[in-house]
Amino acid sequence: MEVKPKSACESCAQFNADGLKKLGVNTNDFDFVVALAGNPNTGKSTVFNAMTGLRQHTGNWPGKTVTRAEGAFEYNKEKFKLVDLPGTYSLLSTSEDEEVARNFILFGKPSVTVIVVDASRLERNLNLVLQILEITNNAVLCLNLMDEAERNNLEIDTRTLAKDLGIPVVPTSARYNKGIPELIQTISELANGKIVCKPHRLKNIPKNIEQALEKLSTEIKQVYPDIPNSRWIALRLLEGDRNIIETLKTGEFV
Amino acid sequence: MKNNKIDHIISLSNDLRWQMGDEFHDSLAEGIYADAAEIVKASVHKKDEKGAFRIDARIDKIITSKVWGFPLMFLILAVVLWLTIVGANYPSAMLSGLLLDTIHPALKGMASSLGMAWWLDGFLIDGVYLAVAWVIAVMLPPMAIFFPLFTLLEDFGYLPRVAFNLDHLFKLSGAHGKQALTMSMGFGCNAAGIVATRIIDSPRERLIAIITNNFSLCNGRWPTQILIATIFVGALVPASFSGMLSLAAVIGIAVLGMVFMFLVSWGLSKTVLKGEVSTFNLELPPYRPPRFWKTIYTSIIDRTLIVLWRAIVFAAPAGAVIWLISNIYLGDVSVAAWLIDSLDGFGFLLGLNGVILVAYIVAIPANEIVIPTILMLTVLVTGLTAGSGAGVMFELDSVTATGDILRAGGWTLLTAINLMLFSLLHNPCSTTIYTIYKETKSVKWTVVASILPVIMGFVVTFLVAQIWRLLA
Repeated sequence: MEVKPKSACESCAQFNADGLKKLGVNTNDFDFVVALAGNPNTGKSTVFNAMTGLRQHTGNWPGKTVTRAEGAFEYNKEKFKLVDLPGTYSLLSTSEDEEVARNFILFGKPSVTVIVVDASRLERNLNLVLQILEITNNAVLCLNLMDEAERNNLEIDTRTLAKDLGIPVVPTSARYNKGIPELIQTISELANGKIVCKPHRLKNIPKNIEQALEKLSTEIKQVYPDIPNSRWIALRLLEGDRNIIETLKTGEFV
Repeated sequence: MKNNKIDHIISLSNDLRWQMGDEFHDSLAEGIYADAAEIVKASVHKKDEKGAFRIDARIDKIITSKVWGFPLMFLILAVVLWLTIVGANYPSAMLSGLLLDTIHPALKGMASSLGMAWWLDGFLIDGVYLAVAWVIAVMLPPMAIFFPLFTLLEDFGYLPRVAFNLDHLFKLSGAHGKQALTMSMGFGCNAAGIVATRIIDSPRERLIAIITNNFSLCNGRWPTQILIATIFVGALVPASFSGMLSLAAVIGIAVLGMVFMFLVSWGLSKTVLKGEVSTFNLELPPYRPPRFWKTIYTSIIDRTLIVLWRAIVFAAPAGAVIWLISNIYLGDVSVAAWLIDSLDGFGFLLGLNGVILVAYIVAIPANEIVIPTILMLTVLVTGLTAGSGAGVMFELDSVTATGDILRAGGWTLLTAINLMLFSLLHNPCSTTIYTIYKETKSVKWTVVASILPVIMGFVVTFLVAQIWRLLA
């Protein structure tokens, strides 16, 4: 079964080679900020390189990227700044390399968050995806390493997945530059509001937690009405995250 | 008003946390996994049970097995080093022929026809240019072979398996298993290895990994090890075995470095950095066939050239310093000769000599220039006529000629072995020291990480020298 679309097909509306310009490290005067998040070793840096034309070092081991790298591309005359974040399994932990990713997704206010996942290990990767979807409204799932999923005889119904997650899903094999034009097109549509997400919100949370979250987030919204992710802040408060308590006091996320 | 409300929110959250108790975190995680399972069930289908997972598992069974894991690791290390040592010879000879034998005289000729002052000509061409040329000729070929090979292993997915194999040893020494990854990065460059320690969550274990990273022989030190082993250790046996023996000596030093890494980690975790070993999940990624040419290309462009550039940036001023200390006189001796003379006694105690110690002081910015500095200073002291004048850094065409100079400088097998040991156990280069400071933000730990290996180097070489002389 062919799951991925043919990306080199020039007659396809999504293949817009003329509109795309890889800008490398030139990140001046951008229109949108795009964050690249995901579990370690899912190929974020490879996706990043494919989109920006940069050669950020890649390697097949979890934890290779420890600082965030920035690059840019231009698509249909709009400039996108792309931020490659260190891989993280969860937004709930406290390790230093993961903090970079957490803080950027929470407070960096990216216009679009691209969540890169390993298609052959989807279930484990969804842990992070579902957490990110609690935070942001504009995200796209980059179903990377499709070539490996195929080798492992996995079939992924991307439509059902997109419907369940409430965000667009783009299958890619970034190592072979497959699916990257479609991904860029989707990012552009999300940034310009042509696609509106209805991100999945956690369903299987016990009732007492759900009520506590509701109570807290209502209060937070009263103090900071503009904040988009009050529910997540509430969650972190319940965990006793000192950073969040500090930020809440200073109000630096607004 | 606003502050009151925030305080209220915080105290409310504290109350709620108490009400929910310990299960909060677990039930939240369970909730997330339950959602994930539902979603996957609806959209992922497995066609049949066979597939690449099985092949991966079969490979893993061998290379992470108790019996084969370690031998395979050393075999791979040996093959990589062998290819590096043997393969680098020819391009190195070509480059030094071009840069040192052709371009250098041409530059000298140009300078004299322009009527350049002798000191400016000496400073720029014999000092700065020769240092840079040496670094390119000696370092570029091995790096251009070592880094791509290392990157291929990395892309294939071997590094996490190394971490898996070594995890038990790190745990025993009170350190984090992921230190195996930062150690492997250190074999390329210690500064890179130290930045990579960010993958270790616990500050205690991260500090251990930072302090002990210097025990990974870095790229600047491999050529020194290889050259000295070839001249002195390889010469002990008939020519047909000398390659194997030199290789074994170099691997021996690298393994000794790992032994020291474990010992020091253990010592630190039992004394100043006490604490529990933290547990962690290590994901063994699937084996991915590396994209061969792309990997070769990017590792040469991104790693080799960047490291080479750094070496050049540091080698140029060091070359200038060497030329200066050899040509500035205090009374009737040059600064270099005076320094060498005053350190000779201490050097003898360590089984080394004054020249080597001065070379290590001059070469703090970059380990790569230790050997040329030693050669140049030896010529200065012995008054041999092989070189091109006082303070001129040079490389001799053949390994034999280099050996002759060193032997004329009073070198023995003991000097060679202790130099190899001292090359393993001395302060990190200045870039690494700066990186340690940036990562720890602590002067104290930076000093510890810089001084500790030198002291160990002194102790180890001293002991070896004393025992050697007792037995000999």
